[in-house]
Amino acid sequence: MSDAAPVVSASRISKAFGAVRAIDELSFEVARGEIFGLVGPDGAGKTTILRVIAGVMAADSGAVSVDGVDVLAEPERVREHISYMPQRFGLYEDLTVDENIRFYAEVFEVPRAVRQQRAARLLQASGMEPFRRRLAGQLSGGMKQKLGLTCSLVHAPRIVLLDEPTTGVDPVSRREFWEILYGLREEGVTILISTAYLDEAERCDRLALLHEGRMVYCESPLQLRRRMPGAMIEVPTPAARAARDCLAVLPGVRGVLMVGDGVHVHLDVADDGPARLQAALRAAGIPHELPRAIMPSVEDLFVALVGGGGVRR
Amino acid sequence: MTVAAAELTITVDRLQKRFGRFTAVGGVSFEVRRGELMGFLGPNGAGKSTIIRMLCGLLRPSAGELRVDGVDVARHPEDVRRRIGYVSQRFSLYQDLTVSENLGFFGGIYGVGRDRLPQRMRYALDMAGLKARADTLVGELASGWKQRLALGCAILHEPRILFLDEPTSGVDPMSRRRFWDLIHDLAAGGVTIVVSTHHMDEAEYCNRIALIDRGLLVAIGTPDELKHRSLGGELLRVECGSLGRALELLRDYPPARDVAVFGRTLHVLVDDAAAAGAPLRDYLAGRGVDGVRAERIDPTLEDTFVRLIGSRRPEAAA
Repeated sequence: MSDAAPVVSASRISKAFGAVRAIDELSFEVARGEIFGLVGPDGAGKTTILRVIAGVMAADSGAVSVDGVDVLAEPERVREHISYMPQRFGLYEDLTVDENIRFYAEVFEVPRAVRQQRAARLLQASGMEPFRRRLAGQLSGGMKQKLGLTCSLVHAPRIVLLDEPTTGVDPVSRREFWEILYGLREEGVTILISTAYLDEAERCDRLALLHEGRMVYCESPLQLRRRMPGAMIEVPTPAARAARDCLAVLPGVRGVLMVGDGVHVHLDVADDGPARLQAALRAAGIPHELPRAIMPSVEDLFVALVGGGGVRR
Repeated sequence: MTVAAAELTITVDRLQKRFGRFTAVGGVSFEVRRGELMGFLGPNGAGKSTIIRMLCGLLRPSAGELRVDGVDVARHPEDVRRRIGYVSQRFSLYQDLTVSENLGFFGGIYGVGRDRLPQRMRYALDMAGLKARADTLVGELASGWKQRLALGCAILHEPRILFLDEPTSGVDPMSRRRFWDLIHDLAAGGVTIVVSTHHMDEAEYCNRIALIDRGLLVAIGTPDELKHRSLGGELLRVECGSLGRALELLRDYPPARDVAVFGRTLHVLVDDAAAAGAPLRDYLAGRGVDGVRAERIDPTLEDTFVRLIGSRRPEAAA
């Protein structure tokens, strides 16, 4: 967040498909060199937002500008500034890694010398150097996504839009993918990325938490954390169900979530919470270890802010 | 841990599955105890669904042995199918039938007697929270409801073992939590549950997790064991001014066994987080990186997974 003027600016954009409001009066701005996350479950409107910004789909109402260009008025001009990687990026499965990159470089009219230098650097960053002659169709899911990203970046765009690039990708590839994004951030590239993995949200500089076409919150992961009402307490126990039934009825308990080695308890206020939980479990004769406060996950936040509070009894 | 044979409900010994020249499952052994909630965690294509299909008797193993509820699955697949419930990735419900009609249909398929069916249907509707929707067409239900209905259909015949293949794909977080709550209730009632997922965070709901990668079992243990013991160290979160410079410096700092950028911070793997913080701050400060804050954080399952399988990757070896 170095420049004052936003690179991407969306103002009250809406888009409906029949009776379904895919996005509803959304406004946000993204600064240069920022990694901005669109985070939410399937159907939250993430893909629609990216398509509208990329100029491949017109919003029903509202205004979008990218690098000062009005997207609704001049969608073609926007495409010079950005790179858009849809969920299914069009790789040619019967071409090799190198051939795919060359193809996209030619589409984007990248000079040969520039292309070779950029491709070499991107392939090295993504650990794909040894696979340059492999057919794209024979790559793993994670490697395909990295090749898609390489092809999207070969013309050195200043703004990159990525639609769920890490869905179903193994964690090692996912981490490498993010390393490439952090490298781009260092170069001042602006990145908008959508994800349905709530745990991935923490990797973004700022994120829009989306639910059914509306923006629930838009801020940094740290700021979002501070919005968590109350506290999360972890209680290790071999009798998770008994512990849940015992604790869920206590005053000040917003919800109890059973996990593999115990329960997570969402309390209204931290205060003497752990001691009270322990007293209740002891009185009920439920074996347990010492309760301790844990960091709420982004999913905890989503559930607390959007609706419900774990399981209510 | 040695367990009495009677407590084991699934035993898998050197299980393999090849499709032509492709090895989908390359020799996997594990056991599941009665009432246990066992998670298969791994990326798409790791072999999770293939293992589940073999356990259900839907796919013949190429080699190895597997017993489910005392039954040799390869020899008596039909026997196994009566004892288990199976929910596949795409819950195969009839979209143009109502909730009740679907339950009635699947009750028939699973051989639930006429005398027992009404009571079992009431139980399933109640468990899945679908009582008010009994006469709704399935095609009109949101995915979270469909998922709970699919679970309801799979338990009509009171199976002792339940196999769930990526049951929460595309389901919103609230429905997902509700679903896991149901699963825990079933497990507490003595049902053994095997569930696959590629969501790292979701594996935390399981009693034990099998990390699966490229057809092999990489590690198995409780979430806590995997996060702490298998990681082989502790994690420090490092905040500082110039992230890029700190990253370079820490890559040449032997006590930092691994360094990764995470948002505006670095995650650094060290032997002992309490002891490593101060020397690390001094090291960076001595090389011009100021304002360094380092604190110990809890590792995630992803940290362990990356640690364990990172070295198996050809990319890493190259």
